[in-house]
Amino acid sequence: MQVVQTDIVVVGGGGAGLRAAIAAAERDSKLRVALVSKVVPMRSHTVAAEGGAAGVTREADSLEQHFLDTVSGGDWLCDQDVVEYFVAHCTEELVRLEHWGCPWSRLPNGHVNTRFFGGMSVQRTWFAADRSGFHILHTLFQTSLKYPSIKRYDEFFCAELLVDDGRVRGIVAIEIATGNLFVFEAKAVVLATGGAGRVYRQNTNAGTVTGDGMGLAFRAGAPLRDMEFMQWHPTCLPGTGILMTEACRGEGAILVNKDGYRYLQDYGLGPVDPWPRAKAMELGPRDRLSQAFCHEQRKGRTLDTPQGPAVHLDLRHLGAKKIHERLPLITEAAKTFAGVDAVKEPIPVCPAVHYTMGGIFTNVRCETPIAGLYAAGECASVGIHGANRLGSNSLVEIVVFGKVAGDAAAGYALSGSFQKGPPNVAEEGLTSLLSNDKGERLAVLRDEMRDTMEENVGIYRDEPGLRAACAKLATLRERYRRGVRLDDRSRAFNTEWLTALELGFALEVAEAMAHGALARRESRGAHMRLDFEARNDDAFLKHTLARHAGHAAPRIEHQPVTITRSRPRERHYGGEGKKATLT
Amino acid sequence: MNTITIECLRYHPESDAEPRFQSWPVPFTDDMSVLQGLQYIKDHLDGSLTFRWSCRMAICGSCGAMVNGVPRLTCETFLRDLYPGPVRIEPLNHFPIVRDLAIDQADFLGKLQSVKPYIIPDAEPQGTYLQTPEQMERYYQYSKCINCLLCYAACPQYGLNDRFTGPAALALLHRYNADSRDAGKAERMEVVNTEDGVWGCTLVGYCSEVCPKGVDPARAVNQNKIESTKDYFFRFFRK
Repeated sequence: MQVVQTDIVVVGGGGAGLRAAIAAAERDSKLRVALVSKVVPMRSHTVAAEGGAAGVTREADSLEQHFLDTVSGGDWLCDQDVVEYFVAHCTEELVRLEHWGCPWSRLPNGHVNTRFFGGMSVQRTWFAADRSGFHILHTLFQTSLKYPSIKRYDEFFCAELLVDDGRVRGIVAIEIATGNLFVFEAKAVVLATGGAGRVYRQNTNAGTVTGDGMGLAFRAGAPLRDMEFMQWHPTCLPGTGILMTEACRGEGAILVNKDGYRYLQDYGLGPVDPWPRAKAMELGPRDRLSQAFCHEQRKGRTLDTPQGPAVHLDLRHLGAKKIHERLPLITEAAKTFAGVDAVKEPIPVCPAVHYTMGGIFTNVRCETPIAGLYAAGECASVGIHGANRLGSNSLVEIVVFGKVAGDAAAGYALSGSFQKGPPNVAEEGLTSLLSNDKGERLAVLRDEMRDTMEENVGIYRDEPGLRAACAKLATLRERYRRGVRLDDRSRAFNTEWLTALELGFALEVAEAMAHGALARRESRGAHMRLDFEARNDDAFLKHTLARHAGHAAPRIEHQPVTITRSRPRERHYGGEGKKATLT
Repeated sequence: MNTITIECLRYHPESDAEPRFQSWPVPFTDDMSVLQGLQYIKDHLDGSLTFRWSCRMAICGSCGAMVNGVPRLTCETFLRDLYPGPVRIEPLNHFPIVRDLAIDQADFLGKLQSVKPYIIPDAEPQGTYLQTPEQMERYYQYSKCINCLLCYAACPQYGLNDRFTGPAALALLHRYNADSRDAGKAERMEVVNTEDGVWGCTLVGYCSEVCPKGVDPARAVNQNKIESTKDYFFRFFRK
């Protein structure tokens, strides 16, 4: 086993990890930063984000409005002190990306343009056509090449966190090309490993989004928070789940059912006119829109496609010029993956799993309860998304909190020292998978997990379904422990082995989701209980904490929500409003 | 449901002296990509088949391979279009093979670093830079490169001489030189001017043809030949 000694390890090379690495490098160029990622950074899933990133710039806008939109969008489960910090730092980070070369779309006068997004009361979403995540990721990756103190370990799979006495001392990683194990000894570790959407089947997420970092921290003793809140994006291609950005609707696209009717007006988002207007109809939040789809399906008003039920996302009235200028990526994707020309035909869409609102619990400084361990981005639950994330808050979250995490880890590393731990790392636990002669096929366990989550931990949940999911996941964990049998027993670039390790994490993360959902006997944001239809602030205005309990089911605890100045009230969308002018 | 034969290059560094081919019959529906065909093999027939993939929507750049001899993203190449087959899948040309379809990307990553693909500012403004849509137009298409390396697999010059900086890295070099926010052109011209810079290109243009994102690296290289020539003459003139 090779040993690498470094000051800081950043695990994950997406937007949050790159921003953290840059922040640490800028804090002190003498700090050695190891950027460990299971893919070359520009392959990370940030690349697939489309719509844009929120930051207050317009005169008619204010930090207070961004704060209120975010807190009400999150159904008051956000930590308001953290949201205050967040909204105050969004714009400066987006400006920094601009200085680093991000090709934000512009107004004719050369200023950065902004667009509408769901649940946002003003045009505050900065965008780079509909390739915003792609451009942010490549800008950060290419900029990171300027810093000699950042040493990249591309295609290294982080398999274990080393924690002793409540303090992190490094990680164990597999060099994918050779299968060799490496120990990275570090003073501080930043997890920036993304979400866990792939515990579900129909998915906007890349194959890499398997919840590894959440699983790493969970096993090491850090609690996962609010894991029952999974976001379904309302407009994705049936079957593959490929994302048709919310920016379509931000630019004026509409949603209609099989009768050509704008059905959202029946679900508290109307009236239709005047259109467009902020926070109404198609510019409502994602939880409400995905829930409305389920009702339309139940009423038999969705279309049948070979890949499943759908409604129509209609862009045609925007005209070819605007569609090609503002939405080129999804136009190409609709053509390639659904055979639909968005200029001439409506696109069939349905909800698909998109974003993990919960994650590793951190405070506003991105500190987890384990000393020296930080988390940022989708893998973390810093407290800004609550029960429902607003579109365009996460692309800016990765830079705002990526920077915080990198700064904080650098500060910790500068004042800290290396901690010696037991020399033997449990190599066997990782390599035993390579020697199982008996066991089940990996894909069988994986598919059963995904089907269980789709069926019983979906947009609408109830107690019998959740109990069935909890039981099934416990069985799957047991079957996984009894053994999976790999076809591939070699070490070099063994992706079947890595997929098996990912599945080990995913099953535990899925269990945290199901148990969290079972314990939350109310409906809030993206968590809809058929048996508890109302929000219940008396009993559940609190975060869910899931604690790892070995082979047993996770222990569910609760934690208060920080309220500073917005008392919970009814969430309100639609209603009266002024017609908006889109730029 | 139809069935198509997928014939894949296999190479394992621990056990194979040289590459070989292996075939599997794969049932497919009309909406299935080559990537999904490979995933079917891995899930159900042979878990040791090795290939990279991630976003499956043609933006992450992971899944490039030679499909019947042509560099393609396997996620957006459909089995229906290759029927009745067989379909031959090989790793991207001109790169060392790590295992099966996974190639060694290190050479490209070094070249990307060498072109200084970041803004080298003169003085940073208060707030954002002003950049009109026309100014953006000058570099924007080159910024769409997803680093999938299909252009390197298409480039006969890179095949002959792997010191050649190559299409994607030169396109990204031009992307920064052409950006109104950048002042680093002089530093990058050192890379442009060398024999292995733009002058390594013989204008075949196949790189631009295979680019899945409509980037035109051949044009970027050509514009830099003009720049390089000017650079040479101006230096001569200044003496």
